Amino acid sequence: MTELLSLSATEAKRALTQKEISAVELTTAYLEAIDQTAGLNNYVAVTADKALEMAANSDKKIAGGTAGTLEGLPVGVKDLFCTQDVSTTACSEILRNFVPPYESTVTDNLWQAGGVMLGKLNCDEFAMGSANETSCFGPAVNPWSAEVPLAAGGSSGGSASAVAARSALLATGTDTGGSIRQPAAFCGVVGMKPTYGRCSRWGIVAFASSLDQAGPFTRTVADSALMLSAMAGHDPKDSTSAPDEMPDLTKALSCGVKGMKIGIPAEYEMDGMDPEIVALWQQGQNWMVEAGAELVEISLPHTKYALPAYYIIAPAEASSNLARYDGVRYGVRTDDVQSLDDMYEKSRAAGFGDEVQRRIMIGTYALSAGYYDAYYKKAQQVRRLIRQDFDTAFASVDAILTPATPTAAFALGQKQDDPLTMYLNDVFTVPANLAGIPGISVPAGLSKDGLPLGLQLLAGAFCEDKLYATAATLESMANFTTSAPKAA
Amino acid sequence: MSVDKDTVRKIGRLARIHVPEESQEQIAGELNHILSWVEQLGEVDTSDVEPLASVTGHNLPMRADRVTDGEKADDVLKNAPQSASGFFVVPKVVE
Amino acid sequence: METDVSNLVSGRTGDWEVVIGMEVHAQVTSQSKLFSGSSAEFGADPNMHVSLVDAAMPGMLPVINEECVRQAIRTGLGINAQINLTSVFDRKNYFYADLPQGYQISQFQHPIVGEGEVTIELKDGSQHVIGIERIHLEQDAGKSMHDQHPTQSYIDLNRSGVALMEIVSRPDIRSAEQAGAYIKKLRSILRYLGTCDGNMEEGSMRADVNVSVRRPGDPLGTRTETKNLNSVRFIMQAIDYEVERQIELIEDGGEVDQETRLFDTSTGTTRAMRSKEDAHDYRYFPDPDLLPLSFTQAYVDSLKAELPELPDQIKQRMVTEYGLSSYDASVLTEERETAAYYEAASDGQDRKMVANWMSVELFGALNKAGTNLADCPVAPQQLGALVGLITDGTISGKIAKDVFADMFDTGKNPADIIEEKGLKQVSDTGAIETMIDDVLAANQDKVAEYKSGKDKLFGFFVGQTMKLSRGQANPALVNQLLKAKLDS
Repeated sequence: MTELLSLSATEAKRALTQKEISAVELTTAYLEAIDQTAGLNNYVAVTADKALEMAANSDKKIAGGTAGTLEGLPVGVKDLFCTQDVSTTACSEILRNFVPPYESTVTDNLWQAGGVMLGKLNCDEFAMGSANETSCFGPAVNPWSAEVPLAAGGSSGGSASAVAARSALLATGTDTGGSIRQPAAFCGVVGMKPTYGRCSRWGIVAFASSLDQAGPFTRTVADSALMLSAMAGHDPKDSTSAPDEMPDLTKALSCGVKGMKIGIPAEYEMDGMDPEIVALWQQGQNWMVEAGAELVEISLPHTKYALPAYYIIAPAEASSNLARYDGVRYGVRTDDVQSLDDMYEKSRAAGFGDEVQRRIMIGTYALSAGYYDAYYKKAQQVRRLIRQDFDTAFASVDAILTPATPTAAFALGQKQDDPLTMYLNDVFTVPANLAGIPGISVPAGLSKDGLPLGLQLLAGAFCEDKLYATAATLESMANFTTSAPKAA
Repeated sequence: MSVDKDTVRKIGRLARIHVPEESQEQIAGELNHILSWVEQLGEVDTSDVEPLASVTGHNLPMRADRVTDGEKADDVLKNAPQSASGFFVVPKVVE
Repeated sequence: METDVSNLVSGRTGDWEVVIGMEVHAQVTSQSKLFSGSSAEFGADPNMHVSLVDAAMPGMLPVINEECVRQAIRTGLGINAQINLTSVFDRKNYFYADLPQGYQISQFQHPIVGEGEVTIELKDGSQHVIGIERIHLEQDAGKSMHDQHPTQSYIDLNRSGVALMEIVSRPDIRSAEQAGAYIKKLRSILRYLGTCDGNMEEGSMRADVNVSVRRPGDPLGTRTETKNLNSVRFIMQAIDYEVERQIELIEDGGEVDQETRLFDTSTGTTRAMRSKEDAHDYRYFPDPDLLPLSFTQAYVDSLKAELPELPDQIKQRMVTEYGLSSYDASVLTEERETAAYYEAASDGQDRKMVANWMSVELFGALNKAGTNLADCPVAPQQLGALVGLITDGTISGKIAKDVFADMFDTGKNPADIIEEKGLKQVSDTGAIETMIDDVLAANQDKVAEYKSGKDKLFGFFVGQTMKLSRGQANPALVNQLLKAKLDS
């Protein structure tokens, strides 16, 4: 059993193709692992019957020689993706009873490729959070926890936790300001945010439309390339979906970095940074040089302003995106009301958690008459400068290497008192969302407490091939093989 | 630009989120805390900078004018907290 | 704008100038909705013409209908407006039960059509140019029904997402009559273009009317906005009522409140909305689900080249080429169908005479029968033939009226009716002379009186001769021959 769970997706795919294992066996092993690790609270719904049915179907396809690229591989789905006839809640009280009559494009792509759906994964409410603590189901727990339960990160905490705990072979996530890359770093797995427009947003509960991107959680960089190739693709149902062809990512994996220029942004070395993180970043630079790359010092002068700009833009869009949760057509409604407005105000006050309410309030304020220019417009102007910083940088480098997070995973509950300290978790990840460029977080080492630490690579828009070439190199140099103590 | 209780009430009203009297003070404090941190954006000279609303360089794609959807009232109403005779139902609205 | 003294309204304390601006919402003629593929057709069971996008289900995204864009450009071209090659869709945020998204997708800062103009002509022949500030594309809302249940409102989303053009005029309108002429002219242009069916009863065209009054030469007064007027009559009534109300209010020492008002169709009065929308703060911002709308000048030019002839152009032609009066030409061009009927009927005939026959006999008969041109039993070629039979002397104008009445009842050709009933005009000199001789013989006393100087009796002899011919004698010949005989 554990042998099955120890296979990467790429390995499992080969074993399935060669009929050494069956999809039903593999899926059964994962369903058992989900049971075993239930204490991690990373699943909010398990679709065991559906999983076994899909796995049986995959076995037929493999036997018939019509296997898809992910045929028979078990996938967990962040509960932000609408899944037909399967409860989709965005981990919010307000959607607790919502069952969509439709399937998101990304998950549909995964099932078309042969993926097997295990269930829905925990996340921060409407993807707003960095520790999975805002979920109405309670936080997902990091499988690297010892006595004190540690945050799996957020918002895709359930996805990171499940892949690290080996209760999902692959998992989907969404990344608005770091929601894939930060939890991946906390849990010692690979998390990738594609170029904005690569993955269709159709059917994904929206947080901040101009920033949201779906991406894969996997154990290895090769698995990540495999999964992303299946998830991504132009979708006419999403006006922001990119028609650009995806480069051959499998080919990119073996390109190496010889002759590549890797940018090291001076502004990412911040005051009071954890020395362990600084050391790991330096180590990463050394690995790149060793592998034949050339380091280039670059400047991304507006880095410091990315976070405050993000915390205007994202809440502003969210305040509008979340207006549809009004208790009229779906979701939870408070019945003891005097009027329609009373119903709105009470249903939304009861249905949204504190952090979501806080962001809706900030966003509403930033867009309101008299403040639009000072906040929203200003933030969008700064956003352009940040994008220009990257454009300038990528004119002279192929990829940029940075830390993924300012710290290793922290204890659950530790940062709840002040929203700002929580926001600071996204300091290294947010710029990529504002600029719309791809980024990947690769586990690269352990802290002195034995917790995983990640490094982030960034590439120019639609240059996923360069991203995977550098990430594969980083992965092999770092040779991170430790698995989480609480893994199944 | 400081948020007071009154502003909190006003924003709550605009966002249709009921903010109980007793928490207005605290929320005003939280919002001020965040907004004063955001204020550092003022250090950036953006005088000639066009706001960036969309990172995609593409044109808005258009679809052909064909009826390809609808006729699914059951799906549309399936999750409704209250419906009657094919309509969504809400507390009476006085115009 | 200069004060036009002819439109001043006198109050107790002096003259007032009325200033009116209108926002007309015109449903774009298209098969499907602005941002979804569900039908835009009027009239269906509740929530049948609704997609998951129109119902604003989580994760649903808008994709624009190219036909709506094309129609908006054509409309702009039809009012000689500037077409903006790049425009932006914004979200207008507010909560209402029939607004599923919690925002309306509209265009705020950068509309698709800029400044244009519409020329109106009043009954007194005066022409006025009404400036158009802009036309933008936006979504319609659903429909709330408040009278089905004592404590509940019912919501139907069939109209939700249907494409509207909001056509915003400058405050150039000075009277209810001008407002009526403006909406009629606008409707006429839209119908010629085929961009809106102009059906006000079904709500395809609605107007919000902004009214204020001021002393001539003073700055603008405070305006009120009366919403959702769906007939020309209601628009004019609402304006008349508002003008009177505002003047009275100010003359009594009061002040006009800037407010939204509703029109009561049963009493012809307006009242302030009870649910005062708390300070309109729509928090407009660019819709992040959409990209800027752009197209080429070549595309605009190609649409311009294919534009049909519009009422002003046809009218111009009717006046200069056909010699019609400006007013007649206005009446004939108000509706595309009328102009087409006229063109067909008058082709090869006396243009002016056909115009008279249409405006007097044809419209009279249609009115009496309570029908319209679309269901007219007389084909244009038949009416033309009738006029031809008058001009070539086959029948007299008087007989023609009887023939027309027959045509209207039976749909028969005029020549057939004349043949069947033997109504052909007698132009045979010999036959008329015989009739004249009979008349003179029977009235010898009157002949004597005539000869002694009672000239007025000439008409008596004409009448008697016509009577004897049962109206069929050529009146000109009768006159000529009578004169010859009596004066010999």
